[in-house]
Amino acid sequence: MLGYLLKRLIQMTLVLWVVSVIVFIMMSFTGDPVFMVVPIDATDLEIEQARRLLGLDQSVLVQYWKFMTSLLHGDFGRSYVFRQPAMTLILERLPATVEMVVVAMVLAVAVAIPLGVYAGANPNGRISRTIMAGSLMGISLPGFWVGMVLIYLFAVTWGIFPSSGRGDTAEVLGLRISLVTRDGWHHIALPAITLSLGTMAILLRMTRAGMMEVSRQDFMKFARAKGATRRDVLYKHGLKNALIPVITIFGLQLGDLIAFATITETIFSWPGMGKLLIDSIYRADRPVIVVYLMLVALIFVVINFLVDIVYTLIDPRITLK
Amino acid sequence: MMTRFLHSEFFHNYKHSSSAVIGSTLMLGFAFAVIVGPLLVAQNPYDIASLDLMDSYKPPLWLEGGDPRFPLGTDGQGRDVWASILYGARISVFIGLVAMIASCTIGTFLGLVAGFYGGIVDSVIMRIADIQLSFPSILIALFLMSAVGTGVDKVLIALTAVGWVVYARTVRGSTLSEIEKEYVQAAKVAGLPNHKIIRKHVLPNVLTPLIVIATIQVGTFVLIEASLSFLGVGVPITQPSLGLLIKNGFDVLFSGLWWTSVFPGIAIMILVFGINLFGDFLRDELNPRLK
Amino acid sequence: MENSEHIPLLEVRDLHTYFHTFSGTVKAVNGVSFEIGKGEVMGLVGESGGGKSVVGFSILGLIDSPGKIESGELLLEGQDLVTAGEDRLREIRGREISMVFQDPMTSLNPLHTVGRQMDEVLRLHSDLGAEARQTTCIEMLESVGISRAAERLKAYPHQFSGGMRQRVVIAIAMLARPKLIIADEPTTALDVTIQSQILKLMRAQIADKGASMILITHDLAVVSEMADHITVLYCGNVVERGQTRDLIENPSHPYTRGLIDSIPDTTQRLDRLSQIPGSVPDIRNLPQGCNFRERCPRAQAICAQKEPSLTPQHKSLMAACHFPLKPGEAA
Repeated sequence: MLGYLLKRLIQMTLVLWVVSVIVFIMMSFTGDPVFMVVPIDATDLEIEQARRLLGLDQSVLVQYWKFMTSLLHGDFGRSYVFRQPAMTLILERLPATVEMVVVAMVLAVAVAIPLGVYAGANPNGRISRTIMAGSLMGISLPGFWVGMVLIYLFAVTWGIFPSSGRGDTAEVLGLRISLVTRDGWHHIALPAITLSLGTMAILLRMTRAGMMEVSRQDFMKFARAKGATRRDVLYKHGLKNALIPVITIFGLQLGDLIAFATITETIFSWPGMGKLLIDSIYRADRPVIVVYLMLVALIFVVINFLVDIVYTLIDPRITLK
Repeated sequence: MMTRFLHSEFFHNYKHSSSAVIGSTLMLGFAFAVIVGPLLVAQNPYDIASLDLMDSYKPPLWLEGGDPRFPLGTDGQGRDVWASILYGARISVFIGLVAMIASCTIGTFLGLVAGFYGGIVDSVIMRIADIQLSFPSILIALFLMSAVGTGVDKVLIALTAVGWVVYARTVRGSTLSEIEKEYVQAAKVAGLPNHKIIRKHVLPNVLTPLIVIATIQVGTFVLIEASLSFLGVGVPITQPSLGLLIKNGFDVLFSGLWWTSVFPGIAIMILVFGINLFGDFLRDELNPRLK
Repeated sequence: MENSEHIPLLEVRDLHTYFHTFSGTVKAVNGVSFEIGKGEVMGLVGESGGGKSVVGFSILGLIDSPGKIESGELLLEGQDLVTAGEDRLREIRGREISMVFQDPMTSLNPLHTVGRQMDEVLRLHSDLGAEARQTTCIEMLESVGISRAAERLKAYPHQFSGGMRQRVVIAIAMLARPKLIIADEPTTALDVTIQSQILKLMRAQIADKGASMILITHDLAVVSEMADHITVLYCGNVVERGQTRDLIENPSHPYTRGLIDSIPDTTQRLDRLSQIPGSVPDIRNLPQGCNFRERCPRAQAICAQKEPSLTPQHKSLMAACHFPLKPGEAA
């Protein structure tokens, strides 16, 4: 067990290091960030000075070395635009993004699993076909377009929900959370629904496929031969087995939600780190982009690790090696 | 040849699968509109001379103030939304198809090399694939676009960079099981050069599963491209794809001008939905285990 | 009212089970009749695709769409199971009739402990409290030859070997002390050395509990050791039945003869193993007349026209053949 954890830790560090190298090399191709810093009428001398100040006059390798050493000292660089530590900027916005991703994931799971189980258990019924057509629609729609239509209908036309921004927050355990206020829920509803649709459709299809696969297994028939009801067989014996493939993609889906949150946050002007990333891309605010990507990479690596752990809790055949 | 196809099991199942028929009809209809559509509309939305600001913000035909010349309405420059969609769909479909072909070619090549030669080449290719697969495609593409800037060619590069992995993995897997088989072993013993063995014996046998991946991928690419363009890091304003049309429409949505963004979205949905329906059918057909 | 001693435990009368698929109706079981008394072991024999397993699932009411019991009666102590509702069938499954499947690797749920899967039967079919149920499970596991049973209850199926898993499956089948066990190829997936252990165990279990058993197999050698009487199926029809000894020593149907000749005999060194020529015909399109005639060395013109019906032969045998073998006669 300890050996496994150690191995995973080394693996995770290695992945993060590779990501940091790739991110850093790619970023050095981005438009010259020095123009984001200096005034429009700056002289060549001023530009040169600013360049030196930002360390942009050195080679990529030297820049990377500096970046890595300061990173190990806990210094993640400063935003060119906000003149603040990039990490602080992102951490300030992290709760808003996490909040939206969590609500979207809970919503997706709550809808996808029951419907997927139903469609898998009754593959030929009319309702199942409707569910499946709907889910195919869900993966065929551009998420940002759905968000837009929701804004047009619920915000612009009917005025039921606000079209943008995050609602009132309250401090919970030192974090500013909007899920504890009515206004917060009011604001998060549309973006969370928008974000959840794609994941909902994919989880639904995986659940259904898993359920259909498991229905063919001998142990399902053996359980019925014991005298269990069809319902009990489906839910007590089938569901857990059917969910194993769903858990495999759960981590990836969570990653997708974080990625698509950038778009959703942009549409709904949600003050999260995704919107910050897009804004920083427009402004070539390199340190913020790098920190965002490194942080997200860390989150993904940790999620994958947690999924592997959950896996062993559900499936006794799998041991940590 | 044709009669043989018409009597094949594949065609029989196709006729009896409503999703296959609907899916392929949507795809063919879309292809038709994309190929000949621009010839059928009077206005070229990229030709500034043909635009008239007097025609701007006309609603769709069936609403009050609709103009029969612009069935789906116009945008702020008096551009016909229907014509914009037909021209924009060309760019979207072009990007989806070309990026798919490039991904498929590169991915298949790398997968063959990894599977056939193994060793360090294999490890390097597959580790890169592993790392890449643990990150969402959209994020990788977004990051690449932010590094290289906007442009159709750059979108193609970004999509290919995220798209090759799935082919490489699949092809490597089937190559590994294929080279175990006796006919490949026999060809090796007979002294056939490696590139010939790969081309004549391995390649034809690993292609079938790629058909499904390639079909679905065109849809995925259209969606990713639309997202990138919506965020302003995809195609340039001079070559507006469907995604960029939606973005432009989004800017005026709050004034109630919904048609400039809603219709391009519906066009994307029809295309991708058709592709996915047909892709589902292909998957069931080509993967007998699932029947 | 008839004396209950004369009512057989299970009587199958003219059972027809069809599967309605897109490519045609598969008449998997097409007019099968047999009966089995209390404490008896009946062998149900035939090649794969002969409809043996479908008979087993029909008895338990576990035929799923597109399959359907078209007609016939399944009388369990005089009560018809075909017309019984699902609720009644659920009471019967596991408690009065239970089943042992072919592959012990797949018939246990991989995610539940063995204890939980055993406990399920008792929760369904008894009023015992949790402790009493556990004691019963432990006793049952011990009686099928699994040591350290209390500990093993907490183990998962993958922690058992194939033979051990089949013991667990048998323990589950015996838990509620059913009157009838349907064992569908219970040893086919196991190593030869384990096969005889499992057969011995099953024989001991049913003798101990006074249960009856239908042993479904393609292996006449297994059946001849275990069964009191044998029913031979071919293409969903009974072609021959009778007491084990009569049938094995002097079968009257050429198909049975063929099956017997293809048993590898370990006591004699044979140069070649005799095989029935040809293969089972497509049961979606059965030929007119006798289904076996295309593979039969004795077939004549009438076999293509008229389907033979079951008629009494020598001793206890009944066979459906126009030209049955006489005792001692070769096929």
